[in-house]
Order: sequence, then C-alpha cells, then structure tokens
Amino acid sequence: MQTLDLAAIELREMNATLHSQAETTNQTAWEIVNPKGAHAIACGIDAPIEVTVKGSTGYYCAGMNKQATINIKGSAGPGVAENMMSGKVVIEGDASQYAGATGHGGLLVIKGNASSRCGISMKGIDIVVHGNIGHMSAFMAQSGNLVVCGDAGEALGDSLYEARLFVRGSVKSLGADCIEKEMRPEHLAILADLLEQADADAEPEEFKRYGSARQLYTFKIDNAY
Amino acid sequence: MTDTTNGAPRTAPIQSATFSNPVNAEIRRAAATGIYDIRGGGAKRKLPHFDDLLFLGASISRYPLEGYREKCGTSVTLGTRFAKNPIELDIPITIAGMSFGALSGGAKEALGRGATLAGTSTTTGDGGMTNEERGHSNKLVYQYLPSRYGMNPDDLRRADAIEIVVGQGAKPGGGGMLLGQKISDRVAEMRNLPKGIDQRSACRHPDWTGPDDLEIKILELREITGWKVPIYIKVGGARPYFDTTLAVKAGADVVVLDGMQGGTAATQDVFIENVGQPILACIREAVRALQDLGLHREVQLVVSGGIRTGADVAKAMAMGADAVAIGTAALIALGDNDPKWEADYNALGTTAGAYDDWHEGKDPAGITTQDPELMKRFDPIEGGRRLNNYLRVMTLEAQTIARACGKSHLHNLEPEDLCALTLEAAAMAKIPLAGTDWYPGKPGTSY
Repeated sequence: MQTLDLAAIELREMNATLHSQAETTNQTAWEIVNPKGAHAIACGIDAPIEVTVKGSTGYYCAGMNKQATINIKGSAGPGVAENMMSGKVVIEGDASQYAGATGHGGLLVIKGNASSRCGISMKGIDIVVHGNIGHMSAFMAQSGNLVVCGDAGEALGDSLYEARLFVRGSVKSLGADCIEKEMRPEHLAILADLLEQADADAEPEEFKRYGSARQLYTFKIDNAY
Repeated sequence: MTDTTNGAPRTAPIQSATFSNPVNAEIRRAAATGIYDIRGGGAKRKLPHFDDLLFLGASISRYPLEGYREKCGTSVTLGTRFAKNPIELDIPITIAGMSFGALSGGAKEALGRGATLAGTSTTTGDGGMTNEERGHSNKLVYQYLPSRYGMNPDDLRRADAIEIVVGQGAKPGGGGMLLGQKISDRVAEMRNLPKGIDQRSACRHPDWTGPDDLEIKILELREITGWKVPIYIKVGGARPYFDTTLAVKAGADVVVLDGMQGGTAATQDVFIENVGQPILACIREAVRALQDLGLHREVQLVVSGGIRTGADVAKAMAMGADAVAIGTAALIALGDNDPKWEADYNALGTTAGAYDDWHEGKDPAGITTQDPELMKRFDPIEGGRRLNNYLRVMTLEAQTIARACGKSHLHNLEPEDLCALTLEAAAMAKIPLAGTDWYPGKPGTSY
C-alpha cells in the first residue's frame, strides 16, 4: 500500500504521482490521507490501480477517471467522477450535486444520498445510488443507467435522450419528455447486474423504469412550451 | 409613376423602411409555418464596426517605418499566466472554434492545413476532436463546451490549449442545435447519440454554476493536464467588463471575447440579430477590466466577431487585443458561398453570398455538410492553400498599416493611432471623433 498524505505534499504532487502509474505498474494499491475536502483529488487517473481516499473530498474527485477503482471513505463534493470514462468510483457517504455528470463509462456507486443534477448529461456511465437523489437529475442524459434505490426529486430525466432510469421509491415529478416505461426482462437483467456490482440490498422487481418519450427528438413547433 | 386616369400626378409608391421586403417576407414565412427561422452565418444587420474607425498614419509627430523593408513583428504568445507551455503563434490571427458535425471532415482538415501553413492555431468545436483535425493542426485548441460531446481526458492531453466556452457572440446565453439531417454515423458515434435525431447543446455547463465553481473546474482541468496547457475562457460580447473580470478571477490564461457579428452554425434568427453587442463596443471594456486588474498583456485577449481584413486585425490590436479569431471569414476563404455554385444556391432558393441554412446539411460547397456527395466537391488541400493565402494577406495588410503608424510590431499599435468616423463608433470604441480630441462619455466632459 502506497500512502499519499495531503498534509505533507501538495495536490499537484499527489495527482502527478498517480498519473505516472503505467498500465503495468505493480503499485496497485494507493491510499490518500488527510484529504480534508480538497478539490480535484485523484482526477485524470489512467491506470488499473485502486485508490482509497480516507475522508471527505471537495469538487471533482475522480474526475475523468479511466481504469482506476477509487473508494471515498467519506462524502464527496460536487462533480464527483464527472466525465468518467471507465473504472469504478464508490462513495461511502453522500455525494453533492452533479455526481457522475457527463460520464461516458464505468460505474459510480453512491452509498448515501446524491444531491441535485445526479447523472446530468450522462453519456454511458452507470450510476447506482443507495439512497435518494435530488432535482433535475439525469437532465439531457444520453445513455447509460441511473439506478436509485430511494426516491427521486423533481424533474427527473428532463429532456432525456436514451439513458435508462430505474427508481425504487417515489419520483416527485418527471421532467419534459420523461415517461414511465415497461420493465422488460432485459431491463431486469441489467438492473440485477448493477445492483450486485454496487452491493445494493434491493430486488430488481421493486423498481420502475423511466425513459424518453422521444417527442423532443425532432425539433418542431408542437414541442414548444 | 404617374396616375393617368384623371391626368393628376400621384406620389410614387414608397416601400416602408419598417415593413421592408425582407421583414414582410419573414412575416409571411412565420405565418405559413408557425415557427421561427433557424439559420447560421451570424448577424446580417448593419452594426457599428471597425469600418467606422480610421488609422492616423505618421507624418511629423509620428515617424513611419518603410514598407516591405523595415521589420514589423507579428508573433504572439498566448497563455503566459500559468501554463508551462504557452502557445506561440507566428501571426495574431487564429481560427475560431467550429465543430466537426456542423462542418465536414474535409473542411476541418482544410482549416488545420491552412492554419498550420500560416503558423497559427485552429480550434475544435462542439463535437469533439478528430484525428484528422489533430493531425493537420500544428497548434490545436480543444473546446470544453456545455454539451461535452466527445469529451475525454485523452483528447484534453492531446490539445495545445483548452478553451472553456461559456458564451458565443452570435448567441450569448443560448445553446446550440445540430439538426438530425447532419447526424451521420460518425457524428452520432462521437456524440453518444442515436443517428438522425436533433442534438442539443445546453446553454449552460452541467457541472458548475458560477465563477467560484468555474475556478475549481479550471483547477481540475489543470490537474488532469499537468498544468501544461493554457486555459482560455470564451465569452459572448454582452457584459464584457464584468465577464472578463470574472473570467480572470476564475483563473483564465486567455480571455476570448466574441462580438455579435460572430457566426454560428445554427440558431434562431431573432437571437442572432437581437442579442449581444457589436465587438466594437466590447473590446475597450474588456481591456479596461484587464487594466483594472493589472493584468493587461499578462492575460491575453483574443477578440472575434466579424473580423475580415488586415485593417480589422490592426484596429482590434490597437484597441488592446493581443490576437483575433476568424470563423465565417475562414469558411468564405475555403470556398463557402462561392459564386461558382450559384446554380446550386439558386436551387435552394437563395444566392451565393446569402446562403445561411447550414443546419440543413445541403451546402453546395461541401463545407457545412455531412452529405458524402457534396463533401466530394471540397478539396481540403486546396482549401488549406486558400486559407493560408488569406491569412497571409491579412497579416501583410495589418503590417502595412502598423508600419505607417510607425510600429515595429503589431502589438505596438495603440488607441492613439485611431480616430472615429461616427459618434456611435467614437462612443463605443472610446476613440476620439475624427478632427477632435473628444468622444462621447470621455471622463472630464459633461457629455
């Protein structure tokens, strides 16, 4: 286990050390201590390593992650795992707004609650939230899966494209062009796999699926409101 | 015209200036379709512009330099504030961001070829970075837009600079729309969206909501790219003093300021013609913001929006800009709206020089399209040669003017080298009206 202490080194040195890890590195286990809410922790990693952040983080932790598994033993600030490409990010606590925004791939697991705009403009990432999510989540989400074991806030999936939204609890309101859809066997299979990967205590049959009505896909006057 | 029915003279028919033929045509179009007009091409109305300024060449009080013999430098370095690797350009004329998707792959390649030959940079757009574009552009600025189409850390690290687009001159506060007609397999794949459906670019960034957030977003981008490349922030010309101040506060290495004459691939005509300010009104305010912060020239200012000639370049630089960017002019240089396609433009219900329905993907010149047959009409090598020629002409023109003003580098041009032809231009550019030492709003006057 390699330890990086943010009380002893600067953010730049910490990220540069993680960025210098190659695909073939044998230093696969890393620990970041004393994060104290710092921003941009462990962003831009591109190596199959496992990083554990022992404490809460500020903005954009694990941003644009590729390959790495990043565990946050606390809560995460805004924009955690934004634009993630691959790998896995697990947050033991809560996540602030924009969690997983524009993510292209990989798996983001939030064991607590997520704030507003969770999965906004997601482009292929899978997000599993054990708790609740806030308003305007999955706005303009393009592809990928957002799984919410708790409740969803207002305007879920507003202006949605092809992302799939699964919610076990209540949905305060659906956004423009977002509708409840039939849960078919392939969706139950996707859900079961994601719940297992996220270590979530829930059954696929307990969820409802939401998606795009595809009425906004072609610009026409009937869509104006 | 004379009324001959009773032999009495009659007043000739007068076309209303308010209800002109173009206005009436638009009313009829709106009445028939029930939807506003969408087009590209930027503002077409007459606006106060660089044409309303003149240079004061040297005589006795200033000493000119000899044309073609005495050196007049044109180089510029962008991003000297924080970046390890600032961008060094041979000329202060760059190519503005235009997306693959809105433009054909061949057009993007030609922009790269032409810019590289001329020793300057080109810029990606809303749609991601293509290998062709990276391969043909010696200096490539990667735009970071609200849509984040195609955004990935590999391309961030392949870029020579990152331009965070907050606003665009043609539509400050507006998002984008790439209509389904132009969504080919490749464009759809790059943008993670199904083929053939309209693709919206949000008007605001998804993961930050204000200048304080932006400062932290910039930190993240710098950490991901190792603090190597400059961070530009592009704003639409609306509130240039405050937007420049906040961009600098957020940590910009370079501020890109785009006036309302700037182009767009497609947006509402009413937006293009009615939102934002002419670039002439924006430059001095942005420069004032940089001067008030003590960072003029340390944070570079790139201005765009209707730049056409070397005179425009020289005037922008005299007003305090470090460089300019061109978009629409570059497309015309490549061959868009060329009269040789007049018959094809006529078939689309328009004429060469006025074609602006770029979103329909039917561009006869093969430039603003994804139609494979139309794209065959465009030769990227020839397009690159033409763009290089055009950039060199603009540079020569700017140098010619600068030498006449006694300047050995374009950056030595200053507001004192200019006068204004109109009161409006004098007020907006804060340049004295010709024959006076006064402009409206000058401190110490009662006007």
